[in-house]
Amino acid sequence: MSKHSQAPVRRGGGFDLARILLEGRAFFALIAIIVIFSTLSPVYFTTNNFLTMSSHVAIFGLLSIGMLLVILTGGIDLSVGSTLGLAGVVAGFLMQGVTFDMFGVTLYPPVWVVVVLTCALGAFVGAINGVLIAYFKVPAFVATLGLLYVARGVALLMTDGLTYNNLGGRPELGNTGFDWLGFNRLFGVPVGVLILAAVAILAILALSRTPFGRWVYSTGGNARAAELSGVPVKRVQVSVYVLSGICAAIAGLVLSSQLTSAGPTAGNTYELTAIAGVVIGGAALTGGRGTVRGTLLGAFVIGFLSDGLVIIGVSSYWQTVFTGAVIVLAVLLNSIQYGGRKKRAAKAPATPSSPSSTTTSVEHATVGGKSPAGKPATQS
Amino acid sequence: MSPSPSLSTIETPLPDACQDDDIVLSARDVAKSFGNVHALKTVNFDVYRGQVTTLFGENGAGKSTLMKILSGVIQPTSGEILLEGEPVRFASTTDAQRLGISIIHQELSLAPNLSVRDNIFMGRELKGMTGIDYAEEARQTRALMAELDESIDPLTLVEDLRLGQQQIVEIARALSVNSRILIMDEPTSALSASEVEVLFRVIRDLKSRGVSIVYISHHLEEALTITDHAVVLRDGVMTAYAKRAEIDLEWIVRNMVGENFDLGSPPTGHAMGEVALALDDVSVADVSVPERSVVDHLSLEVRAGEIVCIYGLMGAGRTELLECVAGRVPLSGGRVMLEGEDISQLSIAERIDKGLVLVPEDRQRDGLVQTLSVGENLSLASIKAFTRGLLTSGRRERGVVEESIANVHIKTDGARAEIGSLSGGNQQKVVIGKMLATHPRVVLLDEPSRGIDIGAKAEVFRLLAEGAASQGLAVIFSTSEVGECLSIAHRIVVMSRGRIAAEFGADVSKEQIMAASGEAVVA
Repeated sequence: MSKHSQAPVRRGGGFDLARILLEGRAFFALIAIIVIFSTLSPVYFTTNNFLTMSSHVAIFGLLSIGMLLVILTGGIDLSVGSTLGLAGVVAGFLMQGVTFDMFGVTLYPPVWVVVVLTCALGAFVGAINGVLIAYFKVPAFVATLGLLYVARGVALLMTDGLTYNNLGGRPELGNTGFDWLGFNRLFGVPVGVLILAAVAILAILALSRTPFGRWVYSTGGNARAAELSGVPVKRVQVSVYVLSGICAAIAGLVLSSQLTSAGPTAGNTYELTAIAGVVIGGAALTGGRGTVRGTLLGAFVIGFLSDGLVIIGVSSYWQTVFTGAVIVLAVLLNSIQYGGRKKRAAKAPATPSSPSSTTTSVEHATVGGKSPAGKPATQS
Repeated sequence: MSPSPSLSTIETPLPDACQDDDIVLSARDVAKSFGNVHALKTVNFDVYRGQVTTLFGENGAGKSTLMKILSGVIQPTSGEILLEGEPVRFASTTDAQRLGISIIHQELSLAPNLSVRDNIFMGRELKGMTGIDYAEEARQTRALMAELDESIDPLTLVEDLRLGQQQIVEIARALSVNSRILIMDEPTSALSASEVEVLFRVIRDLKSRGVSIVYISHHLEEALTITDHAVVLRDGVMTAYAKRAEIDLEWIVRNMVGENFDLGSPPTGHAMGEVALALDDVSVADVSVPERSVVDHLSLEVRAGEIVCIYGLMGAGRTELLECVAGRVPLSGGRVMLEGEDISQLSIAERIDKGLVLVPEDRQRDGLVQTLSVGENLSLASIKAFTRGLLTSGRRERGVVEESIANVHIKTDGARAEIGSLSGGNQQKVVIGKMLATHPRVVLLDEPSRGIDIGAKAEVFRLLAEGAASQGLAVIFSTSEVGECLSIAHRIVVMSRGRIAAEFGADVSKEQIMAASGEAVVA
């Protein structure tokens, strides 16, 4: 019997290097990307370029963190790209002033009010997703796909397909400062990057140090068991979509500030980039596994890769091919990492019988192939 | 390696060396481990040509594991399989099927969205001039159905069939590949009495055609009517073998359960408290047929410090009863009172807060979060106990986890170990420890001994007895094994068809319990 019990031990010992490479793959991939592009282009490895690339990453990073929360519960949120676009448009609309014909007045809300209202809009879109999924049992893929179309359509309707270019506000109206959300720099760092850092820290805290975080992981790991342990599974599901919607709205604000314009088609297909970031970061699409750190790395891998390809002058068609290949490779590695685990975990239930050698089963453990069991064997 | 006293000695002599004992398939020193879990420990097992060999054993004895090895579903960790005396290795079920070995699983493996015909020919469709020859497939299906005395149309969708008919379709599929050896894992559990008769007629017919049958059933008497050989497994070890003619029901039960293993006795010496849980005229509707009740106007009172065992056959309504008390399924009538307070409308979480917890039957599906560590699983239900303000405290959580590990004696490499690395018994203790960490006053356990070995079983019962005696816990556990009723329970409630069929004190006999449950009626 001791012969068999050694198997898992050996597996743990011999594969150490491979395992480190496997588990830190997003990190090593990022290092490799930086090294490769730095040798190919002299401008790549400069502070300024890193800051520029980081402000691009900020958008994907914000979306990816929201997406991570959803994916951790075993769901998916396809609506974040459209929510981003809608949020930008609504912010742009508010910055132009809201006219109430009935009273004949035009209100110019200050930037902080615009921010709050836009985030509330993101939360509202997320809440629709969450309620559809948790209470009406609509599959997450379908519910959020529907919202993808609806949100995009509303954004196009609001502007008739046009773009708001005047987001600066006017000092006499007291609504200046929109450029502070992404365009400006603080201590030389783009504000968008700082916002990403703040959101990431909040997400790390929420996932690792609050009951909510544990609920998210347990809901994705096994919702039935979580529910029987008193986890409010449905509320958790709604919450993650709301948070994802808020993250998308923040990303929308940052993006329109960076571009100093808000267009209804902004963020098209960004939901897929966000999912890619989460997956490259090592999260399992089946839920329950994944970290903010990995997701951030994933977002940086995608951002630094595509910007690097632009810098060395690779055509945008090739960029698409490269990005796709990286995503497939990441999922492949994920299934290698989790596949081994799952096999071990899934086999255990198949045989609930568990005469563990540690417990009191000395009496029955001894029979083996010897006396009684051997009888029918020997007579043949 | 000395024979132990708990193993009943095999008084049945070796079967006479008859010439007709022609062994077609045998397992030699076959062992199977899953991580630290030793599901089978060097078992020898023979299948006789044209005869029925029945495997007896309690849940988790290793029956299904052995069958899966023989049919190529899983590969043994060590040992070999001989087919007609030649060593063989099955990489998959297809391999085994090619050599004439088919298995009919306990859980049906049919595609419900396809027709009977398509299921029977799944993966080996008959090719005709223009793609699949549906007409020929349908004709063969009809012939198979006629053979089995079933009037199922080949084009019926499997999901439209009753469970028993689906079982027949599985059997037809196995027959259609000309199996020499047919393994049947609990084939009758979903069948009605008349369908069982049909199945047995088919089995006799197959025997006369030289097909060998390996049979597993929990209905002992029923299995005895059909079998030629009896093999008993216990805790992954083969404990007894005999020919049908030499044995009776009592022999099987004795070898299955083991004679002298003590699962404890009802704790005494503590005063019973007030009524902790009262079920008042509780009903639960069937999910698929809302007019039917799976729990039917049932009333029960359990006092603090009391241990009540609910015994019943599959489908008696035990699980539904416990799940509705815990809040998992809604009541269709009646009230659930916890210490005098009506909790019928509360959520699961609120009931846990009030002190009522459920340890579910299927720990993989309902008990454990496989992606979390041992410690995170243990603390999942009592997060509030180590949360201050918004944040959890790692230090306090470690305290809760370590206390649980010590309290329920979990053997683990530490709180950070993966949950899948534990043995079944220890996994079960994690589920129990998780619920006990919420400091409940009423504990419901649905088949707490399912799939764990007898040592862990005794330990779980001892834990419950201690909890009842020292903390005044009210404990209700359900079981489908009569031996477990006569352990720590002060009171034994026998359920049948959603109602309480009988109530006994701790001095009842196994026969009385079985009679009350309607078990003796079968077959």
